Amino acid sequence: MSEATQPRRPIESGVMDPFPYMHPLLKKNYGQWKWHDRLRPGVLHHVAHGGDEVWTVRAGTQRQMDLHTIRKLCDIADQHAEGHMRFTTRSNAEFMVSTEAQVGPLVEKLQDEGFPVGGTGASVSMISHTQGWLHCDIPGTDASGVVKSLMDELHKEFIQEKMPNRVRITTSCCQINCGGQGDIAINVQYTKPPKINHDLVGNVCERPAVIARCPVAAIRPAMVNGKPSLEVDEKKCVCCGACYPPCPPMQINGPESTKLAVWVGGKHSNARSKPTFHKLVVAGLPNNPPRWPEVTEVVTTILYAYKKNARHWERMGEWIERIGWPRFFELTELPFTKHHIDDWRGARKTLNTSTHVYF
Amino acid sequence: MPDKFPESSEFHTLRIIPPAGLHYSTDLLRKMCDIWEKHGSGLIALHGQSGDIMLQGCSSENVQKAFDELNEIGFDLGGAGPALRTSMNCVGHARCEQSCYDEVRTHRTVINGFLDEMHRPALPYKFKFKFSGCPNDCVNAIHRADFAVIGTWRDDIQVDQQEVQNYVAKVGRKYMIDVVITHCPTRALSLNDDDTLEIDNKSCVRCMHCINVMTKALSPGKDRGAMVLIGGKRSLKVGDFLGSVIVPFMKLETDEDFEKLKDFCETVIDFFAENALEHERIGETIDRIGLANFLEGIGVEVDPNMVNHPRTSSYARMDDWDQEVEKWRARKAEAASASEAAE
Repeated sequence: MSEATQPRRPIESGVMDPFPYMHPLLKKNYGQWKWHDRLRPGVLHHVAHGGDEVWTVRAGTQRQMDLHTIRKLCDIADQHAEGHMRFTTRSNAEFMVSTEAQVGPLVEKLQDEGFPVGGTGASVSMISHTQGWLHCDIPGTDASGVVKSLMDELHKEFIQEKMPNRVRITTSCCQINCGGQGDIAINVQYTKPPKINHDLVGNVCERPAVIARCPVAAIRPAMVNGKPSLEVDEKKCVCCGACYPPCPPMQINGPESTKLAVWVGGKHSNARSKPTFHKLVVAGLPNNPPRWPEVTEVVTTILYAYKKNARHWERMGEWIERIGWPRFFELTELPFTKHHIDDWRGARKTLNTSTHVYF
Repeated sequence: MPDKFPESSEFHTLRIIPPAGLHYSTDLLRKMCDIWEKHGSGLIALHGQSGDIMLQGCSSENVQKAFDELNEIGFDLGGAGPALRTSMNCVGHARCEQSCYDEVRTHRTVINGFLDEMHRPALPYKFKFKFSGCPNDCVNAIHRADFAVIGTWRDDIQVDQQEVQNYVAKVGRKYMIDVVITHCPTRALSLNDDDTLEIDNKSCVRCMHCINVMTKALSPGKDRGAMVLIGGKRSLKVGDFLGSVIVPFMKLETDEDFEKLKDFCETVIDFFAENALEHERIGETIDRIGLANFLEGIGVEVDPNMVNHPRTSSYARMDDWDQEVEKWRARKAEAASASEAAE
């Protein structure tokens, strides 16, 4: 083979060294920070042992961005933030500046360009979300659409720090829950077993792998109309949708049967209480684009019950832990049903095996 | 379908690894945008839940061209499928006084040490690392990572008593008691009559709450390092798991410390590769075989920090009880003589 036709060899460089791109003050004081405070919502101020100070302005982005938006963020960073920026795990943009005088113009510029400044401290930060209809092969609902609808409503809680503690909201477009745990999580909940297109299963799906995927062993091989296919024991099926990714002819989605559920009390941080998973509060909400008003209503009801009743620094789950679930359902005026009672592995650990009750 | 929707007949995603800690210069971002404008749709997610830059919407023909140009300016391809996945670290050392270890160095040492597992998928299922500098766990490692490295410290919380008094003067005693003292999960805090703080450090579980509230007065101790929790994952298929403690503390300062961590990661990945069933996450493997067997497999000794409490079920075979007790005593004696030698 001549040199010209040789394919280019990739450079397996792995995770990029961030130091060439890091703001010079962060690089200089790497590992040398002493304390921090917040001047206003969205603005952090860090002081290093050696006396250096850096101000950070945090602004919400839509995560799912186009070139124009990213270049606009770059323009803002070039004009007002010394040519550097970073992102948080919740897709907020952060701009660092080396004097307090730069903060005001930077905040103003971001707001003028439509990027809300906030997301720090006891605020509702940006919703962490998944791909949804835009670019996931198995979504039950949209992701960015639900987030946009919710954040339009919650914008005021992003730009101020008036919650008892930080609120982390996530959305997930199927039950795999890529959005992760949250103080409030809005996740797809399928309600019907998969509808199988038996003409396609034999050619499209690796049947043993699909059978192995089912968490309740409800799938078995079958011959249907003379073709190798799969069948589902619908009494066993928990409608989780796990068979759909490896076998798209097992359609789990339905315009009516794909519902949304809201979960509360998930927490990653170890502060005060140990990390927790979120718990079911409401299911059966319609998957109702483009604005999902039923979801927004439930989320705001829960959020404002928390805001009104929780003590300072209590996360959602900690607040409920203190007041008890009966009071939570009373305050939010949401129903408690048999579906709230867990019946999966370890379910007994979720039962109240004590005389501690709330009246 | 391609006939009906020609625009989406080919719409591939490139997962690209960002600089550790998600720091960018505008120059780097602009170069990335230019490449993606030339070869892709222009849609970019900053960032995916695992930590990738997700370049969304590329034709089959342009995938290699886009990658080659991104690769030339320093980016590499992220993980997908049954492989080591792209990772994430918090802002940490770069801009946080609570950071307990060098997240960038740790992240790059670990992931760049196993790129083969990322680029040539051969594991039973996905394997995710995440690196948080302190127990606030800003990158959600305990839920989202098979292997979570979370910073902590062993000695006493550092207290500036003058700043404690300033804080109490500012917020009042009632607020200090309601919001700091009584929120301590192990009742390790006490407010003295002169508004200084008394800490029972032996009872402290390093939850971070008091340090989060009083950022100027309190900070983590000086003997900092990290702990390892293994097995976090979401529902599919046996249920949700949080990572559980496997290494309660390790130093991450010297070259030797980093080499030790890398060796340990290799042991765990090898164990996973050899023992997990297909499509089984490591947390599920541990659940299936029991933590004690997993520890034996990776050569880690038991530690009471690994459990909430000892077993409650008597259904277990314990005829080697005496030998196990002997092992514990031998380890204790060895630790005692090592600390004597150090003194």
